Amino acid sequence: MIDDSNLKTKGFPTLEELKRLGTYPSDEAFMKGPIAVIECIEEIPCNPCEETCIKGAIKIGKPITNLPRLNTTKCSGCSFCISSCPGLAIYIKDYTYSEKEALIIFPYEFLPLPKVNEEVIAVDREGQSICKGSVIKVNNNKANDNTVLISMVYSKEYFHDIVAMKRL
Amino acid sequence: MIHKEIVIVGGGPAGLSAGIEAAKYGAEVLIIDENHLVGGQLFKQIHKFFGSREHKAGMRGFSIGRDLLEEINKSENIELWLNSEVIGINKEKELLVVPKDQGVVEIKAEKIILATGAIEKSIYFPGWDLPGVMGAGAAQTMMNVHRILPGKKVLMIGSGNVGVIISYQMIQGGAEVVGILEASSTLGGYGVHTAKVTRAGVPFYRPYTIKRAIGEDCVEGAEIVQIDSQWQPVEGTEVILEVDLICMATGFNPLTELAWMSGCQFTYIPELGGQVPTHNDRLETTVKGIYIAGDISGIEEASTAMEEGKLAGVHAAHSLGYLSKEKEKVERNKIWERLNDLRSGPMDIKRKNGKELMFLKYNEGCIND
Repeated sequence: MIDDSNLKTKGFPTLEELKRLGTYPSDEAFMKGPIAVIECIEEIPCNPCEETCIKGAIKIGKPITNLPRLNTTKCSGCSFCISSCPGLAIYIKDYTYSEKEALIIFPYEFLPLPKVNEEVIAVDREGQSICKGSVIKVNNNKANDNTVLISMVYSKEYFHDIVAMKRL
Repeated sequence: MIHKEIVIVGGGPAGLSAGIEAAKYGAEVLIIDENHLVGGQLFKQIHKFFGSREHKAGMRGFSIGRDLLEEINKSENIELWLNSEVIGINKEKELLVVPKDQGVVEIKAEKIILATGAIEKSIYFPGWDLPGVMGAGAAQTMMNVHRILPGKKVLMIGSGNVGVIISYQMIQGGAEVVGILEASSTLGGYGVHTAKVTRAGVPFYRPYTIKRAIGEDCVEGAEIVQIDSQWQPVEGTEVILEVDLICMATGFNPLTELAWMSGCQFTYIPELGGQVPTHNDRLETTVKGIYIAGDISGIEEASTAMEEGKLAGVHAAHSLGYLSKEKEKVERNKIWERLNDLRSGPMDIKRKNGKELMFLKYNEGCIND
């Protein structure tokens, strides 16, 4: 990890940084349907995502500090990995959701929770409000252990920028 | 004088794990803690842990604490004294304990494991003694144990994992984190943590430090200032933030009083948090039969503390004859494999180096008495 990276100076990775590290899915992969995006670009000792993936699409191996690598052909976008990540660094993105809209399923650990059909504000990695989003599902299954999975649709125009919603 | 096989001082992740491990092989264990409940930091830790399945990764800290406590309660070999303070210890492994509402109790232990943890470091600035200035750990205790939000608008000092994790928890608790200060050229915490507070709208100020806390009777604001590469304030860069809580997440020191009192040798290793009792790879100090585990042996995380506790517990039980030399070696190697995993990344390597230096020092200078 280079020290003057945006991640180590501002706190968040830029899209360029993510792409440079080779873990960000290609445009081609995004065109196939929902897949996981893993924004985990530091060698920290952690592997629950690998253990949780029933498709075997996420590979860390040994040592445990390897960066997670996603086999985009195996990933079905099932979203099981999201709540397993202690760093809240995984979300599912679907570019093919509809003609004009993309879908993101992201981890959310704040109250109050949004309601289905609620209009929210979608934010980027810096926490800046970018566009409107519409919540289509709120998954608070027990297995998620209070890391709630929010499914939100938003304009495709901001496909790569959006990572979460503004707190209510 | 009461006689006990293994006495563990401190019922945090390291102490509990040490007790469970030693009791598993048949040793009789007494865990003493000065608090009204055991678990140490675990019950304040509402975030999910890193690591692998063996490290209980993906589980929230308080769930891990609950599981450990269940195991303690299930075990017939473990006795728990709460609200009990150890005030004295010597080389003969005799302890003076003050259980709540009772006089002093003397205990003669065959083995002692000191798992006393750490204490937060402070930085000092004008106004630092105002109500509303506190350690990040204190704020976390108030929120997550006592359910009291100590402030609505928070300034966090320190961008290490503690600073960013507790900032995140303050937001979860309903506060606004106005900013996180970092004096170094780079942010300290794991990127996944800094990223999650950033997308929650928290700005980092770097390289910045606090100039003063503002307020008459309590904190009403904070003046912060940029610093140069010599850590000198840069004039004209001051910013005044309206806050009612200033939290310091500026590091820890191992809590070593009992180890000093017991006559252990010490070694100064900055990577481990300063003066640390000299110890070997079984976590035995230079006083034979006195072990250490967790933050007292070097500041790290709860996951490493639990593994270290197991390490001390296995060896203490072995030295009492509860498991064979071969079995102890097998178990020790397994634990070391997991510890090395946890200390393997570039973010954690300095602690691994610090530990290796420590074992070297132990072998150089140790005269077991």
